[in-house]
Amino acid sequence: MTAAPIVLPRDADGRLTPAPPPGELIDMPRFPVNAKHELANTEQIGNLERATATIRGKRAARASEVANWEELRSAAEAIKNKVARNLDHYLLEAEAKLTAAGAQVHWARDAEEANRIIVDLVKQTKAPEVVKAKSMVTQEINMNEALEAANIAAWETDLAELIVQLGHDRPSHILVPAIHKNRHQIRDIFVREMGIYGTPAPAGLTDNPTDLTAAARTHLRNKFMRAQVGTSGGNFLVAETGTLVVVESEGNARMCLTLPDTLISVVGIEKIVPTFDDLEIFMELLPRSSTGERMNPYSSMWTGVTPGDGPQNVHVVLVDNGRSTVLADPITRQTLRCLRCSACMNTCPVYDLVGGHAYGSVYPGPIGICLTPQMRGLHSAVDLSLPYACTLCEACVDVCPVKINFPEVTINLRKDVADHKRHDHRPHLETTAISAAGFFFAKGSRFTLMTKASSLFGRLFGWKRYFKGHTPWPAKVWTSARDLPVPAKQSFRAWWKKNHERS
Amino acid sequence: MTPPASGLKVGLFATCVNDLMFPETPRMVAQMLGRLGAEVVSSPKQTCCGQMFTNTGYVKQGLQTVEAYIDAFSGCDYVVGPSASCVGSVRDQHSWLTKDHPNLHQEAVELSAKTLDLTEFLIDVLNVDDVGASFPHSVTYHSSCHSLRITKLGDRPLRLLRAVKGLTLIDLPDADRCCGFGGTFSMKNPDVSIAMATSKAKAIANTGAQFVTAPDNACLLNIGGILHRQQARIRPIHLAAILSSKESA
Repeated sequence: MTAAPIVLPRDADGRLTPAPPPGELIDMPRFPVNAKHELANTEQIGNLERATATIRGKRAARASEVANWEELRSAAEAIKNKVARNLDHYLLEAEAKLTAAGAQVHWARDAEEANRIIVDLVKQTKAPEVVKAKSMVTQEINMNEALEAANIAAWETDLAELIVQLGHDRPSHILVPAIHKNRHQIRDIFVREMGIYGTPAPAGLTDNPTDLTAAARTHLRNKFMRAQVGTSGGNFLVAETGTLVVVESEGNARMCLTLPDTLISVVGIEKIVPTFDDLEIFMELLPRSSTGERMNPYSSMWTGVTPGDGPQNVHVVLVDNGRSTVLADPITRQTLRCLRCSACMNTCPVYDLVGGHAYGSVYPGPIGICLTPQMRGLHSAVDLSLPYACTLCEACVDVCPVKINFPEVTINLRKDVADHKRHDHRPHLETTAISAAGFFFAKGSRFTLMTKASSLFGRLFGWKRYFKGHTPWPAKVWTSARDLPVPAKQSFRAWWKKNHERS
Repeated sequence: MTPPASGLKVGLFATCVNDLMFPETPRMVAQMLGRLGAEVVSSPKQTCCGQMFTNTGYVKQGLQTVEAYIDAFSGCDYVVGPSASCVGSVRDQHSWLTKDHPNLHQEAVELSAKTLDLTEFLIDVLNVDDVGASFPHSVTYHSSCHSLRITKLGDRPLRLLRAVKGLTLIDLPDADRCCGFGGTFSMKNPDVSIAMATSKAKAIANTGAQFVTAPDNACLLNIGGILHRQQARIRPIHLAAILSSKESA
């Protein structure tokens, strides 16, 4: 059966799909600059606070009802560590099993190579478009824009990804990418944009969630029915069977995985689990940690090609894109255990205020500030600032289903940033200040000198009690919003000496 | 009756922030431990736990403070500090900071294990919940992040507070959320830090309590800075000051 060729309309910019914001994420300014910008968006802060508080509560309830939750976390950690230690073996095993089951396996060293493979595969089908199941790795490699550049439209089908795409926006969360938008904003986006890229929003669309979902369903239905190519990621790839697993809430991924004749799954090489039995641990941990549900509504599993049922051309693109570099460090490679559940960002007080757009990375929050600089390297302004976008409060440590020790990775990365600053042959105020402080903190006798200076300062300004602004750097960073007590007139050690060391 | 701490040589770990900014806190701890019978020693060789350096990525400087710490406190039965964060840093970081320095490592590990927050020393070592304090005021408790998740003080501070005569404890909503201090975070990400501190200060002021207490003066410096700027009525006070209070109604 050959359908009539589809000619897709172009928008005012001459594009097939809505243009995302200009520029590359990696070129964004330093985190503190982005964060300041986001903090000015009070509507967004309200949207985020409401959403993360709800999801935090659900996760806590669903985790606490599992009696052996801590054992499950430890088991998941151990399995993922075993995968990391033997990744070469498991990847080859997965490739052999996938190939035997009729899938074609492709290897991509980086984003560019992955996109080249995907574009070529779609071109071979002559399809003008693909329907996309929600996937983080395709965001990471920016697949949509690579396809657009090759005159192929990539349609997001996850409801929140659709909102983001139609809104000419970027995802701000890995699980709920439109978390920064409320329903009034979503209604406006649907009304304005749907008609340009397909079936328009129904007349008189309200901001009632049921109506919004119905509008998305109608808009997507045409795209699903005519799609010749689907793309997906993969939550897990079982090495012993070659089975790919996608878990989701909406059923749209299931449509992408089953309706088109060609399926291209893009999978990070760390997504391996060794055996099918191992899955039971992750299927218990992931939905509870992620959406706060006992189980997710749709779990799709497929192993290569099933003749006469579902896609007959099945491709798997295994993507490295910096992962083997992360693997090289035995301490910090623990981030490769990540399941992309989002529990860490839902619990992060920094993410809560600034949202995902401040991070210059598709992975925001605690996992983002670790994994992104690890994968991209400490080169760009934003990547050098990300390891510091954290108070080390460790709330994320308690909720991570694979027990990633985020502060351990963060501090190791900060060490690398500090080393980088020492060796880039440029003056850094911070390095100088910390080295000077380090001299005085290295010996008690030197620290005593410092306390004497501080007490003198305290006596000079003692009448004030507090500094209230108008202070020189570095104090002014603090006093812009916070009063700072004047140092004590007598240090503790001076008091001790006076009262205990009479001789 | 023998006082519970008699025969114990306790090193008083003042911490750098207290030494410079809040000397009354370690002073009160010294007096309290003395009353409980301990032989309290405080060496001028001590400087800091090192987390300011370590957590900013300056591991060499962090290691130097470990040397000073060992110099100051070796030979003590326990080292006690009125700061859950600094104590947590000693216990969590001194071992790995010294891992490539065999001459320091063993002693760092042994000393870390003997380093306790004041509340741990009172409850776990001395088995004392009631230190005989009296503080006739309403108080809300900010459980610092490091007290909860690194030092793992659990409900020890609350047990001590509940035993204080006249004290009314008021629950703080979202008590486990960070106040935004984060050491050098407050300098490197001032806007986020201030936004977090403002939100925490608001929750604290909304309790209607007269005092906010915590096991760390650093958090109180941050939260108190906002409260003072906003001329809020609620005042920050270190847990040790409440436990030392003899104020009658």
